[in-house]
Amino acid sequence: MEKLFDRLKKDVRFQHGLTSCINCGTCTAICPAASIYDYDPREIADQLQVDDETILEKLLKGDTIWYCGQCMSCKTRCPRDNAPGLLILALRNLSIETGYYMHSPRGRQMYALKKLIGETILAKGYCVHADGVDTNLFPELGPIWDWVKKNSEEVYNQFGNSYNRRGSGVLRKLSDETMHELNEIFAVTGTTQRFNQFEEDAAEQAEKTGIDIDESIWNDYFRNNYENPDYDDKSQ
Amino acid sequence: MTTKANNTPFLWREYQKEIADDHYYYVRSCVRQNFFPGAEQILITLLKKDLGIDLCVDSEHTTCTGIGYHVDLVKLETAMTVNARQFALMTEAGYSNFLVSCVTSFGLYNEVLEIWDKHPEIEEQVREYLFKATGRTFNKPKNLVHASDIIYKYRDLLADKIRYKLVSKETGEPLRVIDHIGCHYAKIFPEKGVGGAEYPSVLSGTVKAFGGGSIDYPERRMCCGFGFRQYFLKSSRGYSLSTGYKKFKAMEPYKPDLIVANCPGCNYFFDRWQYVISELKGETFGEEGNGIPVLSAEELAALCLGYDPWEIGLQMHQTAIEPLLIKMGVQYDPNAKYKGFSGEQLKKPKIPELLKAY
Repeated sequence: MEKLFDRLKKDVRFQHGLTSCINCGTCTAICPAASIYDYDPREIADQLQVDDETILEKLLKGDTIWYCGQCMSCKTRCPRDNAPGLLILALRNLSIETGYYMHSPRGRQMYALKKLIGETILAKGYCVHADGVDTNLFPELGPIWDWVKKNSEEVYNQFGNSYNRRGSGVLRKLSDETMHELNEIFAVTGTTQRFNQFEEDAAEQAEKTGIDIDESIWNDYFRNNYENPDYDDKSQ
Repeated sequence: MTTKANNTPFLWREYQKEIADDHYYYVRSCVRQNFFPGAEQILITLLKKDLGIDLCVDSEHTTCTGIGYHVDLVKLETAMTVNARQFALMTEAGYSNFLVSCVTSFGLYNEVLEIWDKHPEIEEQVREYLFKATGRTFNKPKNLVHASDIIYKYRDLLADKIRYKLVSKETGEPLRVIDHIGCHYAKIFPEKGVGGAEYPSVLSGTVKAFGGGSIDYPERRMCCGFGFRQYFLKSSRGYSLSTGYKKFKAMEPYKPDLIVANCPGCNYFFDRWQYVISELKGETFGEEGNGIPVLSAEELAALCLGYDPWEIGLQMHQTAIEPLLIKMGVQYDPNAKYKGFSGEQLKKPKIPELLKAY
């Protein structure tokens, strides 16, 4: 079996994210995630400088790599042009490819993200679409959003008059040809397969923990996964 | 020290960027279309009508997948190929300048072009993916520009046309403006942003041209707190809120009249977290229970030019815009705020408990 490090080194984000870390800690000082979580980008970069399979496997199975918020402030400030934020993308990718992400409650939240964002992309052609967003899922959207949702045709059509219809205004409906091309790109480049993997892995985890899951977004497993990632750990 | 070519101080040369004069292919933002659709639409009007720029508005481009990519759903290969499709549409339409509305997208397009530049074999692979999936081919853009860049470029020309300056009507003093640059505008590739990551002037330059004053405050360059997966998952949303709260507390002593951001996500968080903080902590950051109004660069330019606030969608902000309109002396019809597309007067939204709404 190919070594984990050899796989990681093939990722262009790893190649450009780590040149030589001098352990100055500037990235950690500026990192918003480091001020919220037990997270230290300096430590991540340092651990990856040592070609150690055990350390890497622990990272891939753990919670730490899922704490980064991808602001990339670390890239700007590093005096050696490293980018821990890029390393995180490479680590998360490998964690998913190896299936190790399922060892971490935070890694397992890929399922909720797939339901929220992945399905919207493939159905609508947008990462976010008003039809799938409400104040139950996102209470901070506030009363103004309830007003927008209630009056969506009246509100959105003021801005290009093509809400959910063909046209060139905001939130226009994309043509069937465009959606077909988008779905083909996802299939050819492997993201469709990745989405299926998230579904299969979640179904297995749900069965193990006795939490109900089905194809709808608001199944019990989604709700726990989205709101309380530790829940399915405790159920075991 | 100056360069012989243009007398620009040498040390500042790396903080300049090329912004084409005209002929752009435009790609929209997912987040902005949902939450600030007026900003998305008024940019087109500003460029076409006010600046006379040739702009291709194509209804067949898709998301760049930026959010999906940064939450680890969308593989890099997929993101690159979707971006390549956008470039193919630009090429087919006969354009070579690419105008991007969203800062996450802007960062991703730059990242993709950088990867291709350093790894031509990856570009070749993406070309094969795209052809296999769609039968399309593409040229890379000659100039990649963010919407705030183009407003910055033409700031003086716009300033000559503005009806309302960023000046207090009552005191004649410049309004105190917080500028917030989205992280992916220049933190990843500083040379791609006006002023780079250290001295970003893409917003403060525009604010000053329109008569406003720019506030320097601690945490000025800190992230708004989006955090991608940290926000989208309810379990980690506290990351986003806490970071936003830190920003508001840092700017509070400077009594800002306005926040301007160039990233749709940042606009959203500055607008909505003020509502949440008012509900959770009973704190508001504007005067007399108001919040600090938040505008995008497009909304700012349009408002100053005299466009009707409701025509540019400012009624869709949760943090009310009226305190700013009053300070600037903008003429507006309060009764038209909640009118719909058909002209029908819609029932008003519910009022938050503490944060003032109108």
